[in-house]
Amino acid sequence: MDFEKLSMTNEDYINYVQQKSKKSPIFKNLALAFLVGGLFCILGQALTDIFEYFNYEKKVASTIATIILVFLGAFLTSINVYSKLGKYAGAGSIVPITGFSNSIVATAIEYKSEGYILGLGANMFKVAGPVIVYGITSSVVIGFFYWLIKLFI
Amino acid sequence: MKIGKQTIKLENTPKIIETCSVVGPRETEGPLNIYFDIHIDDIFYGEKTFEKAESKMLKTCVDNLLSKASTDKEHIDYIFAGDLLNQCIASGYCIRDLNIPFFGLYGACSTFCESMILASLFVNSNYASKAVAATSSHFCSAERQFRMPLEHGNQKTPTAQVTVTAAGSALIMSKDTNKKAPHITYVTPGKIIDMGITDMTNMGAAMAPAVFDTVTTHLQDTGRSPDYYDAIVTGDLGILGSEIVCDLCKDYGVDISKVHKDCGVLIFDKDKQDTHCGGSGCGCCASVFSGYFFELLKTNKINKVLLVATGALMSTVATQQGESIPSIAHAIAIENEV
Amino acid sequence: MLMEYLKVFLVGGVICSIGQILIDRTKLTPARIMVVFVLMGAILTAFGLYKPLVEFGGAGATVPISGFGYTLVAGVIEEIDKIGFLGIFSGGVKATASGIAAAIVFGYFAALVAKPKLK
Repeated sequence: MDFEKLSMTNEDYINYVQQKSKKSPIFKNLALAFLVGGLFCILGQALTDIFEYFNYEKKVASTIATIILVFLGAFLTSINVYSKLGKYAGAGSIVPITGFSNSIVATAIEYKSEGYILGLGANMFKVAGPVIVYGITSSVVIGFFYWLIKLFI
Repeated sequence: MKIGKQTIKLENTPKIIETCSVVGPRETEGPLNIYFDIHIDDIFYGEKTFEKAESKMLKTCVDNLLSKASTDKEHIDYIFAGDLLNQCIASGYCIRDLNIPFFGLYGACSTFCESMILASLFVNSNYASKAVAATSSHFCSAERQFRMPLEHGNQKTPTAQVTVTAAGSALIMSKDTNKKAPHITYVTPGKIIDMGITDMTNMGAAMAPAVFDTVTTHLQDTGRSPDYYDAIVTGDLGILGSEIVCDLCKDYGVDISKVHKDCGVLIFDKDKQDTHCGGSGCGCCASVFSGYFFELLKTNKINKVLLVATGALMSTVATQQGESIPSIAHAIAIENEV
Repeated sequence: MLMEYLKVFLVGGVICSIGQILIDRTKLTPARIMVVFVLMGAILTAFGLYKPLVEFGGAGATVPISGFGYTLVAGVIEEIDKIGFLGIFSGGVKATASGIAAAIVFGYFAALVAKPKLK
């Protein structure tokens, strides 16, 4: 490149920038992610236990808990709270199922301005879509091998 | 007349007669608040979408510029404008209603200097007697174009910058105009410099080498030293980028740290406003120059400014394809006496 | 009881912390983080490693998005045992259907009423 003035190669520059850049406050971030993520899980467990107490089967109770958490994520997003939570909690609000729901609602809200079908409808899964694609694909591949192995045993 | 490697000397030294700045809510809370002409507290600015809001903001800015300078739009020969949106729609839709011949420009955040350079060259060569340069950016429309949806709960890294919601414009006329105003004396269009930075959340570092290249070339071409200027103002390098460019210049043997100012650093209060490395976007340099530095020039608090707007010329598509961030910086020398 | 909840908190917290390390150290975007977790959940389940985690940590292991991968794979395996080959395709979605439907419907209605705001 015609950049003879700077006596630095690209690699030198990238290393220099990396050294100079302020690092994320990892311990604070970790603590917050642990706390918020853990609390979402406790909420999920509490909901499961409540429905089990009312004589629902364990699996059903856990599914209802999931649905409620998905609703909570969507609700908090729609009242502009989840984005603020995410600023502090990081992965603590991305990794739980509420974060999955947040990524759907956030994109849907954003693209509403381009219409209900090609805007909201088409873009809803812009961030969350890959999760479903890779989740289902991997489960089918794993299932196929399980079925194959089962044939021989 | 071209001098040196890439600088143009404007013999007819066009004047910046008037400027106008419009800023959004976050910028209104910032330390430069009182210098801006118009403050908007509604991020939608009464419109349905952010894109429309940005367009309206730019329109308000140009309209107010013309009324401040008591000129009609019929008397404007050409307008040079740009923004960050795809196909520059904020400018396009804004100028649709103005009925002025239009050049749409894209130089990312360097657009303000790019449009000022072209407008001043038109005036300098008498192709135009009145030309307008204007740019805008909007936090929400930029966020959806370059980053994640607004309501998505994600964390920004400490090197990230915040796109400024603002518009700025300047009216450039020939020096024969009977009004005391700062002159444009030299312009140095920049080259594209890419040092291989791929991190979209670290624009300051990507753009700093471009500033270094343009500033040192400008000083070489004009034979000036950094102390000649009262301020060397960069567009939106942010805190980290500013440190880097001072370092690079120092290593090269030019110390600009005493006169260096950055619009992205000035526009926000980093401790109170949680803006990480500072502001960015075409509106940043445009509003801070039009509001703050133009006022300082007019009141003779400073007399010689080198304005260097910086742009990162990537798109999300290029970034997703693994490309690094090509950057550019355009410099323009503005002086009270010639 | 308290002990159970402590385990839930611990497992959920640790899983989210792994995500945080990925964010801060690798600059992976949130969409990629979610995909990594789903894949990890699916693969660990295939090797029989995620089920013990669910038994130990309950919701601490099912609420994170890796639990989605677990539910998918566990559903596929269960359905294969029940109906054979077709279960490869029907099991996963069947087990996660209510979650996906809830996400779509709540997402749709939430988006209808909401307006984006300056952060």
